[in-house]
Amino acid sequence: MADIVLDKVGKQYPDGTVAVRDVDLEIADGEFVILVGPSGCGKSTLLNMIAGLEDISSGELRIGGERMNEKAPRDRDIAMVFQSYALYPNMTVRENMAFPLRLAKLDKATIDEKVAEAAKVLELTELLERKPANLSGGQRQRVAMGRAIVRSPKAFLMDEPLSNLDAKLRVQMRTVVSRLQKRLGTTTVYVTHDQTEAMTLGDRVVVLRAGVVQQVGDPQTLYDHPANLFVAGFIGSPAMNFLSARALDGALRTALGDVPIGDRLRGMLERGEAPQEMILGVRPEHFEDAALVDEAARAKGREFEAPVELVESMGSDKYVYLTVEGERASSAELEELAADAGAADLPAGGANLVTRLSAESRVREGGPYKVWFNLEKIHLFDPSDGRNITLHEGRAAGIS
Amino acid sequence: MSATSTAAKHRAQPLSRAEKARLSEGKRAERRLGWLLCAPAAIVMVAVTAYPILYSVWLSLQRYDLKFPDDREFVGLSNYVTVLGNQYWWTAFGVTMLITVVTVVVELVLGMALALVMHRTLVGRGIVRTSALIPYGIVTVVAAFSWRYAWTPGTGYLANLFSDSAPLTERASSLAIIMLAEIWKTTPFMALLLMAGLALVPEDLLKAAAMDGATAWQRFTKVMLPVMKPAILVALLFRTLDAFRVFDNIYVLTAGANETSSVSMLAYNNLIKGLNLGIGSTMSVLIFLTVAIIAFVFVKLFGTAAPGSSEEGRR
Repeated sequence: MADIVLDKVGKQYPDGTVAVRDVDLEIADGEFVILVGPSGCGKSTLLNMIAGLEDISSGELRIGGERMNEKAPRDRDIAMVFQSYALYPNMTVRENMAFPLRLAKLDKATIDEKVAEAAKVLELTELLERKPANLSGGQRQRVAMGRAIVRSPKAFLMDEPLSNLDAKLRVQMRTVVSRLQKRLGTTTVYVTHDQTEAMTLGDRVVVLRAGVVQQVGDPQTLYDHPANLFVAGFIGSPAMNFLSARALDGALRTALGDVPIGDRLRGMLERGEAPQEMILGVRPEHFEDAALVDEAARAKGREFEAPVELVESMGSDKYVYLTVEGERASSAELEELAADAGAADLPAGGANLVTRLSAESRVREGGPYKVWFNLEKIHLFDPSDGRNITLHEGRAAGIS
Repeated sequence: MSATSTAAKHRAQPLSRAEKARLSEGKRAERRLGWLLCAPAAIVMVAVTAYPILYSVWLSLQRYDLKFPDDREFVGLSNYVTVLGNQYWWTAFGVTMLITVVTVVVELVLGMALALVMHRTLVGRGIVRTSALIPYGIVTVVAAFSWRYAWTPGTGYLANLFSDSAPLTERASSLAIIMLAEIWKTTPFMALLLMAGLALVPEDLLKAAAMDGATAWQRFTKVMLPVMKPAILVALLFRTLDAFRVFDNIYVLTAGANETSSVSMLAYNNLIKGLNLGIGSTMSVLIFLTVAIIAFVFVKLFGTAAPGSSEEGRR
């Protein structure tokens, strides 16, 4: 067990492409850290650099206080679980799990004992004599985990270990991974492109974009206080709604109506710290059916009316899709997020709003409907660099 | 389609017998068509392989020498007794086995090294692969002649390295040169087959082994080789069968002098030069049987799968 420290770690390929830029990260002993981001953001490269499978171009990597840059993977004493599981097809489950121990030249009795123990933890005892070809996806995944835990390494590295499983199994395995990590208390770095996995698994989440760390924090902080447009859009499902907003005459003109500006924001506007044109971000659950909002709460937000395009009832609540007038917000970050979500070529013109209303709402498709949204929970972003203007000392302060 | 046929069945319940007859007639027609489609290929196969094989088996059971055509007579297995009791046959058999074992082993090792180099090459991949294949592209006889000239005392550049020697006139050195020529020529082919096998080894598997603490050599022996095993066995099978039938290099380099004949060479001398169809055919049949045994051993004992069959490279 050990801590992992990345000190300005970077990766540049011979052709000049920069995959990872100056990453500073301190992972405490026993911590579960998630690296998350869209494909191509450098998260797997970063993991491979910690593993020693890729060279570090600049900066320093320390595991347990010891410099690791030049050490071969086998000398770093860390285990890795691959997306493809990478089980040795010619070996049985037992031999697969015993492989790292055999290479470490442990005696046979110890090996048997450790394999049996790991197999018991992962419920693989019945499958020990099978070959990987005769296992289901979930079982193979568990064997891969077993091979990692038998040697009690200093740290686990996991590269999208659940991506090849079907949705239901993935949720199950998520809890298995989480429980296992808590039980063993081994430092773990976990790579995923799935923000749900990132939110549910990690003690801390590192959001990466184009090789640069966007924000590091516990899941709730990332969700409530995103540092920039990219983090705001990436974390949360359904994603945050983004609309263009313009500061004019002490109010914010948006497609959801005029919103009053508080003193802090006014000051920023006057000092030129905030641009006139901004992007407004509201999470789906910060909308509510206006009819269900009580008087006390009503004052904290605003009401607006918009045509209802679609209602999806989830039982516990309703996803209501509204069409609002006005331009869609645009920025480089938003385009990248849309491309990652495969929604880059949605029809332009008008903006679609995703809202999550209470199940009691009597909203119907077709006609216009009155919806309320919470002003305390909205975010404003600078379209040029994506930073969160409403963030005050690391906390989202709304537009007060 | 199945929906319509079941509907028809329901409607024509009383006519089921007639319908059954019709169905089976349709099935028969399909089977006939199948046979017809296979027939051309089957006929060609029979004409070019089965017939000559059976004919040589028939010839091997006769005393049949074209120099004495009148003495032709059915003699049963006595030709086999003659050949198997003859020291020339066993010398040639030993030489062939030696050449087969030595060349295939050396080719496997060199071919693997070459395949690894070609697999790992990042720059000029096309040129490396093409140049490695040049020896295999040269006609064996042409290559054999150039080896012969190279080893000819006085004029050959290789013979001149060893002063006052004529290596092709001594048994041991002749065999070494024959094997060298064989290895030089077919190692690229081996490398090509092995490279196809290397492509079957997933990159993640090697990374996982590195993380598990394996050295480069352990990754090669414990992960790469087992995964490549099907490809290696196919390559070995092909090369063993090929090597056992060695002919051109010996024919050009020594013509079988100094007990360097292979079994193919011996069969050729008896059959074509000696015009002894009976003895020559017997040798051919024995070669055929040996090759069949080698193939059988590979397929049944080592579990070699034919390339392209479902067993190979499935995982």
